[in-house]
Amino acid sequence: MSFDVNQLFDVNQLFAEICEEDNLFAFEGTITSEEINTILENVEARMAELQIDLKHRKKIYNITVECIQNLYHHSDMVPEPLVEKLGKNYGQFVLRRPGNGYFITVGNFVLNEKIKFLSEKIDKLNSLSSDELKEMYKFILNYQKLSSKGGGGLGLIDIVRKSEHKLMYRFYPYNDDYCFYRLDIVI
Amino acid sequence: MDTLSIEGTAKTPTVRFDASKGLIELKGRSIPENSIEFYKPLVEWLESYAKEAKSQSTVNIQLEYFNTSSSKCILDIFKRLEAIHKNGSEVAINWFYDEDDEDMLEAGQDYESIIRVPFRMMEVAAG
Repeated sequence: MSFDVNQLFDVNQLFAEICEEDNLFAFEGTITSEEINTILENVEARMAELQIDLKHRKKIYNITVECIQNLYHHSDMVPEPLVEKLGKNYGQFVLRRPGNGYFITVGNFVLNEKIKFLSEKIDKLNSLSSDELKEMYKFILNYQKLSSKGGGGLGLIDIVRKSEHKLMYRFYPYNDDYCFYRLDIVI
Repeated sequence: MDTLSIEGTAKTPTVRFDASKGLIELKGRSIPENSIEFYKPLVEWLESYAKEAKSQSTVNIQLEYFNTSSSKCILDIFKRLEAIHKNGSEVAINWFYDEDDEDMLEAGQDYESIIRVPFRMMEVAAG
């Protein structure tokens, strides 16, 4: 992943661009516990309306839960100049259907110092076979303690396993401290 | 000991733990943001039940969805049941999944490979 330093990053413009493409449901804003309920209800209603088959419905719902709760736990990193405009827990979530597949795109600000950790983590998951992912999932499930936030380090592994595709990611530079982390999941 | 009954919500499952019948059931959705708080009384109930467990306990797990935060708590429940099983009481775990929901079947198989208690995979016809 490389930065396009010539392009000034605008978070609302990025959201608008993502939404342009075959969007089925889109959310941007502050992620609260109540907002999680609303997003899940809306995604479920939209899938019922579109009569999406049970297999995809379950995968989309499960991945939505993990993505939205991940945003809830980790989206508290909005750069100071944007807090007034975006709020303190800003995240983006878009469900799209370009062609025959489904795409979930999520985004939130992260500290630049997290880029290396996140990139390495995703690259590692992308390099594993389904059997290796299963073994890694079971190992962490069995031996790693839950964090105080209730997360167990299993979210991304679960997303990769259910998606059955490689994860795609990008970091859009914002300033010296922050960037915007975008994750695309194919279902 | 008292039966533990909790009504399900959009994010938490229906719980029915009945010591007199040796019946332990979880049904619905388990997707709370923080599952530790929800599962604490369930684990505590099982700790008490372990002291007076029926000779045979039936465990029915029928979850439509569960998040990764719940997955560790569910394993914790299974570990308590494994301890009861080790102490000589019979424990049978029925893991229900919708046909076409291979992810839920696989989740049951993941638990089955970690926990030394007999699992039965129960396919439910899509309604």
